Amino acid sequence: MNIPGSGIVKGMVVTARNMLGSYVDKERLTTEQYPEERPKLPENSRSFPFLVYDGSDPEAGMRCVSCKICEKECPPQCIYIVQDRDAAGKALKRPKVFDIDIAVCMSCQICVEVCPFESIRMDTAYELSSYDRFGSLVLDKSALLKSNEYYHSIHPTEAAETDGRIEADRLKKEAAAAAKAAAAKKAAEEKAAKAAAEAATAPEPPKTEVQA
Amino acid sequence: MKFFDLLETAPSDLLKWFVNLLAGYGVPAWLLAVISAVIIIGTVIGVFLGLFALCSVMERKILARVQNRYGPNRVGPFGLFQPVADGIKMITKEDLVPRSADKIVHFLAPVVMMIPALMVLAILPYGRGMVPAELDAGILYFFAVGAGTEVAVFMAGWGSNNKYSVMGAMRAIAQMVSYELPLIISAVVVAMIAGSLSPAAIVEAQGTFAFGFIPGWYVLTPWGFVACILFYIAALAESNRSPFDLPEGESELVAGHLTEYSGFKYATFFMAEYVGMFAICGLLVTLFLGGWQAPLPFLTIVPSWCWFFGKVAFVAFTMIWVRATLPRLRIDHLMTFAWKFMLPMSFAAFLAAAAWHYAGRGPLAWALSAVIVGVPYFILGNHFTAKFAVSNRRYQFSE
Repeated sequence: MNIPGSGIVKGMVVTARNMLGSYVDKERLTTEQYPEERPKLPENSRSFPFLVYDGSDPEAGMRCVSCKICEKECPPQCIYIVQDRDAAGKALKRPKVFDIDIAVCMSCQICVEVCPFESIRMDTAYELSSYDRFGSLVLDKSALLKSNEYYHSIHPTEAAETDGRIEADRLKKEAAAAAKAAAAKKAAEEKAAKAAAEAATAPEPPKTEVQA
Repeated sequence: MKFFDLLETAPSDLLKWFVNLLAGYGVPAWLLAVISAVIIIGTVIGVFLGLFALCSVMERKILARVQNRYGPNRVGPFGLFQPVADGIKMITKEDLVPRSADKIVHFLAPVVMMIPALMVLAILPYGRGMVPAELDAGILYFFAVGAGTEVAVFMAGWGSNNKYSVMGAMRAIAQMVSYELPLIISAVVVAMIAGSLSPAAIVEAQGTFAFGFIPGWYVLTPWGFVACILFYIAALAESNRSPFDLPEGESELVAGHLTEYSGFKYATFFMAEYVGMFAICGLLVTLFLGGWQAPLPFLTIVPSWCWFFGKVAFVAFTMIWVRATLPRLRIDHLMTFAWKFMLPMSFAAFLAAAAWHYAGRGPLAWALSAVIVGVPYFILGNHFTAKFAVSNRRYQFSE
């Protein structure tokens, strides 16, 4: 025979244990006191795109070459690029205007995947709200450009991978250039040798002609 | 010791000092009586409204802790000024009155709710010799005046001219009337044994110590324990607290009789419910937990009113604890519980108390009254819990 009312006592014990437990074991309190406590974001978290630059000068170290692939691929069309031109009107390999409207951006990361120059990457900043309805949600070039060190600090693994790829590309290019130079040198040498040989055997042809 | 003695009599000494001061200025005696009455009333109301403010934030903090949250901690240290913020919010809110409402009844309901809740505070003995109104039939007065809240609830429901309000009010009336019976019978048991309806006399009767250390509180006897639990459950139902908060069951009735109330009127209802809860906790403490008596002989040096408010705080805490634990009852279960379990059990406690008295209040009385309350408890309890026994599910068609 069970004791009537024992279920209520069991339930009361459960609630009492939970109530006192949160004073003893801080792990139980899952609430983050947000403005004071910040969440530790996982490494792969992403919010909106930004532009990576190398070195210390954002303009000089900018990786973007204004190829406009991201602008064309962007599904909600939130990227706007104008290519820079010099005084003579010749197109330069850098953007004059690079805007991203984060009110439109849907954080799909397609721009990152299509960028052939490892220039556009995803940021983790999330406190982007503003009192202004339109202006401050359109990030311009100066707001978008962030250093490679910052990139390393938010996505270390991914940044290291990117740096490795850039380095490998550079080495490959150097090797290719060296090979090309060597080949050119070899070709020149061969040409010189051939010319010399030709010069040496120059008197021969008439002879053969005679024989023919 | 001296310090505690000073504290013990501090409230009445302060009052005496002030009245004597006024008498020195030649204030007539009848005016002095009025002034001292107003001071006592003001103090009691002030203390209970302060308790209400404290309780409203502590309740939220305790409920939060049960759910492993922090609870309110933004306003002031540990969120203790939360009631101030709540009060400002409530007062600055728009006071909406439905166009088709009965304006007068709608307006009066919160007032009528508040008045009995404050009036019943008059008879509680807050400490040794600290009873605002010494009534010989204090317990009777408490229930007679306390029943006025039922009228207020129905006024609120009817005056709002809203179907949810009326349904909530009807539930509240059904519930309060049903639970009033076990509430009063379990109080009558105490009055029977103590031989008085005066709260002060009931507290005095519990002032003994068996073997020099077991307090003579009625809760420590078989009949008193059962009556105390019954009184507690009925008190929960009377003050519309969880798990008996059906009248304002938001899942089916929006907020019951409170649906059409906003702003300060809603705050008044809220306040009246909490003050009513404290009043009934105070009566429970007076009847069963020895009122202002200390639990151990050497603790009697602590001022008596500290014990009273400490015990009230403890009972209020258990009410919050129950709220955190039990889900709301269904209306038919509520009625079944009141009429088929609570009422027979309160009669059993009644008989047990009679047996206790006539068997000489000794060990034999203990055994006899324990059997008289224990047997019906097990029979009734198993009868009502049998149909909820857990068993394997039977599939009628798929097998």
